[in-house]
Amino acid sequence: MLMLISHLTGSGQNRRVGQRQAALLGGLLMSLGLANAHADDAVSEATSGLDPVHQINAAMRTTWGEWEITPSRLASEGEWCRRVHLDLIGRIASVNELRSFVNDDDPYKKSNLVDKLLYDEDYTEEYARNWMTVWTNILIGRSGGTENNSLTNREGMQKFLRDSFARNKPYDRLVYDLVTADGSNSPGLENFNGAVNFLATKVNDEDGTLATAATSRIFLGLQVQCTQCHNHPFNEWKQQKFWEMNAFFRQTRMLRRFVPGTRDLASAELVNEDFALAGSDAAEAEIYFEQRNGLLNVAYPVFVDGTALSDLYGEERGNSGYVDEMVRRTELGKLILKNDGEALQEASYLERMIVNRTWAHFMGYGFTKPVDDMGPHNAPTHPELVEYLGIEFRKASYDLKQLMTWIVLSEPYSLSSRVNKTNKTIDDPQLGESPKFSHFYLRQMDAEQLYESLIVATRAEKTRGSYEDQERAKTRWMQQFVTAFGNDEGEESTTFNGTIPQALMMMNGDLVKRATSGEKGSFLYKIAWSKMKPVEQINYLFEAGLGRKPTKNEIRLGNELIKARMSEQKEKRDVNTARIAALQDVWWVVLNSNEFIINH
Amino acid sequence: MLKQKPNDMSRRHFMSHMAGASAMAGTALSVGSSIQSHAQELKKNRKSAIMLWMGGGPSTMDIWDLKPGANTGGPFQPIATNGNAQISEHMPMMAQQMDKMAIIRSMSTREADHMRGRYYMHTGYVPNPNVEHPSYGSVIAHETILQRPELEIPPFVTVGGGSVGPGFLGMAWSPFSVNSNGQVRNLDMGLDDRRLMERMAALSQVEKDFIKQDRGSAAEDHMDILKKTLNLMTSEQMSAFKIDQETEEVKERYGDTNFGRGCLMARRLVEAGVPFIEVGLGGWDMHQNIFPTLADTRLPELDRGMSALVEDLEQRGLLQDTAIIWMGEFSRTPRINGNTGRDHWARAWSVAVGGAGMNGGIAVGETDSEGTTVETEPFTSQDVMASVCKALGISLETTFTSKNGRPMKIANAGKVIPELFT
Repeated sequence: MLMLISHLTGSGQNRRVGQRQAALLGGLLMSLGLANAHADDAVSEATSGLDPVHQINAAMRTTWGEWEITPSRLASEGEWCRRVHLDLIGRIASVNELRSFVNDDDPYKKSNLVDKLLYDEDYTEEYARNWMTVWTNILIGRSGGTENNSLTNREGMQKFLRDSFARNKPYDRLVYDLVTADGSNSPGLENFNGAVNFLATKVNDEDGTLATAATSRIFLGLQVQCTQCHNHPFNEWKQQKFWEMNAFFRQTRMLRRFVPGTRDLASAELVNEDFALAGSDAAEAEIYFEQRNGLLNVAYPVFVDGTALSDLYGEERGNSGYVDEMVRRTELGKLILKNDGEALQEASYLERMIVNRTWAHFMGYGFTKPVDDMGPHNAPTHPELVEYLGIEFRKASYDLKQLMTWIVLSEPYSLSSRVNKTNKTIDDPQLGESPKFSHFYLRQMDAEQLYESLIVATRAEKTRGSYEDQERAKTRWMQQFVTAFGNDEGEESTTFNGTIPQALMMMNGDLVKRATSGEKGSFLYKIAWSKMKPVEQINYLFEAGLGRKPTKNEIRLGNELIKARMSEQKEKRDVNTARIAALQDVWWVVLNSNEFIINH
Repeated sequence: MLKQKPNDMSRRHFMSHMAGASAMAGTALSVGSSIQSHAQELKKNRKSAIMLWMGGGPSTMDIWDLKPGANTGGPFQPIATNGNAQISEHMPMMAQQMDKMAIIRSMSTREADHMRGRYYMHTGYVPNPNVEHPSYGSVIAHETILQRPELEIPPFVTVGGGSVGPGFLGMAWSPFSVNSNGQVRNLDMGLDDRRLMERMAALSQVEKDFIKQDRGSAAEDHMDILKKTLNLMTSEQMSAFKIDQETEEVKERYGDTNFGRGCLMARRLVEAGVPFIEVGLGGWDMHQNIFPTLADTRLPELDRGMSALVEDLEQRGLLQDTAIIWMGEFSRTPRINGNTGRDHWARAWSVAVGGAGMNGGIAVGETDSEGTTVETEPFTSQDVMASVCKALGISLETTFTSKNGRPMKIANAGKVIPELFT
């Protein structure tokens, strides 16, 4: 075993990749029960660049040992290929991508594929689109900016995120940009800064409490909204801390710019302005909040870790509301990032939160539930691993692609979703068990993933128009699933959640009608007129949708559909029409199956 | 299956053959003859509930429990009703229906965050990371489905709102979410029945193969939903959603608003046998400028739609078998803030209930002179739920078992509010 591993390591074309392979291989060997102490040593020696993969595997194996779980066996190559495309670039693999992966003999092919999806220029746009979508939904929801006269410009938000992910902006910088942004919300304006759309609807009303809650929750994993009104019994946060955090946002306003001569909103601009409460002095811009006993208390800007601006700059400057003395949001951004470059022993709030969020994205469950509640009352399932990955992520200069690579190449991500006797109930988070990550957790595709998958699978919109047009079309299509709850926090729900409206859309909706069209030039038309034999055509459709070849039984079902359509055309002897109609039936069945819509 | 002549196969027949293990086993889809023979009898006991959900947190001291003259009272004046309680001057049409409704003025809850409050008021439980609790609608649909062997459309419909899901009861009890315009999207495949049935037959094979691979409940849930969807696509009962079939006079009475149309649809769905309907009216999160917003937009819309619903149900003889529940996730602060708004307040507030034999024309409980605290016995979400269950004839001894084996009493063991029944 030692020899095998060092051989593989040595023969890697590039050392970084070679190390990665060895770590991956080591994990696989161990999961098969083939590992021994020597192999462990060899792997850890050979994988200094990919220790995190190794550490994830070790942590998981400890968990499985404690619970006497045998992890599920490995997912098939086709399954793994499908999920890695869905999770990294937001769509399923095409038939070509699938076949070239499955037929590849390279023992390093898994990490080669991950590298390709993350670093190859051909995939930059799809990578950026996927993470733009994920983060737009986190920051402003699916309905943000879709109402008339909204202060949020959805396209502006998307443009900022897409550019950031295309350039692989370090995560700490991304957060800093979002928290400290000022400028106009709409692309094309002179001082356009799309990042302002995150806070656009969260600062003007209710004294910026929405901005306080969203910033704390999304970036720091602290659910503080309940502490706005009173100290909360289950939350270590006190009301005082909420308002101290809130004090950072009080200089911020979103100003409306109207179309001249009308009341129509043209754009909006996020600005920092001198701040003082009525009757107070901006030179010492305190804020007040009412305690439950009716008494008023005073607050100044203090970060969650207890650092006050007055500690850093003295009381005169630190508490000033004048923007030429102190821009409070800029200071907040700096405080959030202050672990930069420091060899702190502990992961920061920021680091723990992004580790948890990224893990949950790929694994289906985070280390905490909900994923963005990491306060002291809600201990993570794997605290040491969260700490470790947080610190490694810092050492990797907050490079999201590296964090993704560690998780995607880890053993738990490689496991099948098929359960066994030992993990069937004890590792079913739907039963209220804590996740042990001993099998892949089934989850539905997001509506956006479905949309992109259908377009790639069927090349449904060959000339898709400009990037903005494409996104606008998708946003319009998405609206059928979004219901806003009608409160100031912009909360919403989706009916793309496995219920009847979704099933109706999949069975009868326009998107699937287009994908299953048999018109001249369509996806199915081309297959029908290709050189493929009928059974190869059925194969092709199963691979395109499900990432696998059909079973014998499924081929039989396909053939029966062909026969049924042929018999309808007997009189007209229109074999081609019949063949396309049968392909429509088969493709419709594939797209409507549980196996298609579920990331497994 | 394909070898049968699909033309001979009715959709209903096909449905009952698709898939074995199913959460619907024992319910509508697999009714045996013994149950069917009792259908008439069961129909007699058929009760429904309509929840009017005020998303965002309505200020109940400006609607149901006014404090004129108090410094927290705001500008609205109370008016007399045809019951014993006074309500807001901006609810004049409801004032003529209050003999059928009870106001519970001593609600006192603890959740003042939208998400938590919505969950708590819909389920009777506070959010818990390890258990997802079913909402009222799912529970009541689950408990009353056997009374409706003929129901082909979903037993829990939500109009113009999101509601809360079925939790551990499973996807089959999810709310069916529709717009108030009565248009259900994507109902028609545009293919002949024979081809649709052939597709469904092939699909059910592929589905079953995947389920057999032991990957967890999501795969099975998908198949259940497919069956319900096909059922609905082919059902005559879908006309219940078509409020266009009503006369202009009726539509006018309910109001040409989303909420008004939703209330009208709720009445049609009750007539069709749907046991639980939730109608959403959002936009109550009035942190600023609350009084003109209430007086000019929200309250007129509420007043017209709700009063039409109560009156119409009564006139059609349906009110005695239909419970109405009006509530939001919490109420708003008695203190009027610097932007002439009110913030979130859960400690003392009101909900309104009526119908299904509950006493009308009364106000239960009291708040103090400023509306800040409850001065009588406080009631909770669980108590409202327990009272509604009693009104619907659902046993309060009913116990569910969550997926992790924990027994859970219906309505979280809430207590019936006695004044509603004595």
